[in-house]
Amino acid sequence: MIALDNIHVVFGRGTPLEKKALSGVSLTIKEGAFTTVIGSNGAGKSTLLGVLAGDVIPTDGRVRIGDADVTKLPTAARAGRVARVFQDPLAGSCGALSIEENLALAHKRGQRRGLKLALGHSRRKLFRERIAELDLGLENRMTDRMAMLSGGQRQAVSLVMAMMAGCDVLLLDEHTAALDPGMAEFVMKLTEKIVGAKKLTTLMVTHSMRQALDYGDRTIMLHGGEIVLDVEGSNRRNLDVEDLIDMFRRVRGQTLDDDELLIAE
Amino acid sequence: MSQIALWGAVELGLVYAFVALGVYLAFRVLDFPDLTVDGTFPLGAAVTAVLIMAGVNPWLAAVVAMVAGALAGLVTATLNVRFKILNLLASILTMIALFSVNLRVMGRPNVALLSVDTMLTPFYGHGFRDFMVRPMFLLVLAIIALLVVWRYLESDAGLAMRATGANARMARAQGINTDRQIYLGIALSNALVALGGGLFAQTNGFADVTSGVGTIVVGLAAVIIGETLFGTRRILIALIGCVVGSILYRIAIQLALSSDSLGLQASDLNLVTAVLVTFALVLPRLKRGVLSS
Repeated sequence: MIALDNIHVVFGRGTPLEKKALSGVSLTIKEGAFTTVIGSNGAGKSTLLGVLAGDVIPTDGRVRIGDADVTKLPTAARAGRVARVFQDPLAGSCGALSIEENLALAHKRGQRRGLKLALGHSRRKLFRERIAELDLGLENRMTDRMAMLSGGQRQAVSLVMAMMAGCDVLLLDEHTAALDPGMAEFVMKLTEKIVGAKKLTTLMVTHSMRQALDYGDRTIMLHGGEIVLDVEGSNRRNLDVEDLIDMFRRVRGQTLDDDELLIAE
Repeated sequence: MSQIALWGAVELGLVYAFVALGVYLAFRVLDFPDLTVDGTFPLGAAVTAVLIMAGVNPWLAAVVAMVAGALAGLVTATLNVRFKILNLLASILTMIALFSVNLRVMGRPNVALLSVDTMLTPFYGHGFRDFMVRPMFLLVLAIIALLVVWRYLESDAGLAMRATGANARMARAQGINTDRQIYLGIALSNALVALGGGLFAQTNGFADVTSGVGTIVVGLAAVIIGETLFGTRRILIALIGCVVGSILYRIAIQLALSSDSLGLQASDLNLVTAVLVTFALVLPRLKRGVLSS
């Protein structure tokens, strides 16, 4: 479960560059729900994700993940509850370390790290099995450096890494945005499979309206640091991309022609 | 080069192997350019020499020197992590401060270790000449240090340190307290360098406040020579590269200084050092250039 209660985030408070990134966002996401988040640049999507991940500590309001109040906890201290896949394939893994070393890091996410060998025999076997499930042939390249993988392969491995240790919430930060269409689809299918199988509470930020409606069971739209749309159930099923674009126009009070970063399909 | 000169070069190379291992931890594992070592090396020598002269067991003296080195490292890490001072500058500040600290520790610019027992004393006179005993003794210690560092870096805790240097944001998302890793890594690094300084004092019979000048350059040279010859892929190979690189570096220096045709003298050491290190830094790039063209 995720519960955001009246979250305010202000950057550069008291300076001429003061920016309200989130203004009173309240949001409760049920255990096991898959929610998609859309919004144009500057709407507050990244800030919202940062508040949940711990990168951004809110100016005001409370954050609950699972059964704990994590409002003031920095990223590392709440990592045991939060699994995350970044937009940039380079950000979510260590390019200089091998595939299996990256998995070993993820295997201990949020736990104490002792002097046990990071890559013992049984762990190697486990990691290999998990990577083999991807069907990308990467199980034969376990000792290759992560940097040698394509963006799509890295994101696929990042998803496996996110699942190596338990979590209360999975955060997906436009994790297919940097991929070619074929690979993006592969990663999305994989995401759906994993989230479905584990009944994970998931928040996925996306630029693609199509993705926002096709995946998950609830969609929220952010604008100017506030939630301006929140649909689920039959209301959501009857929506199509055109309707979403319409709503976008209305909240912005202008046409979207110039917003090249908004992808309909 | 005479046989004694060769053994001497190997000996000095093995002393600086500890520096190379420390520099590897800071520069390569944590990606933290740490110049503190220029102060920690003589600190280790000073602490060891003063304690031994005061009658303390030389092994204990070496351990205390390591603790002193670790504390110096913690000062640098604190300046960087806690007070957000740029890592390079933080380490220079500590290095400068250590010069005064080292003078305080010794009470004078240098301390001679004459007619006292050192870690090496029990090993002399068992059929090997003294100039051979020293490198053999150091080799055993260097191998132990290398194995400990290797085993640590292959553990979950060590992997956390490597992730901190490779991708701090990712490390934090994995629950790694990156600040703590920097404290720990820089402390370990400087403890190794201080141990090197302590061994320098014991094998050479003196501690001198100026002996730290250029420690970082020598350590880095060893790391880079090792990487050039052995590659960087596996941790163990890279660590062996540090030790071998340090020895080869000393032999190269010795060859350059003892070759009559070059007409160099001992005071040209720093110039030769700078040229050799520059060469070692440029060599990998040249190699790549040749391969790509």
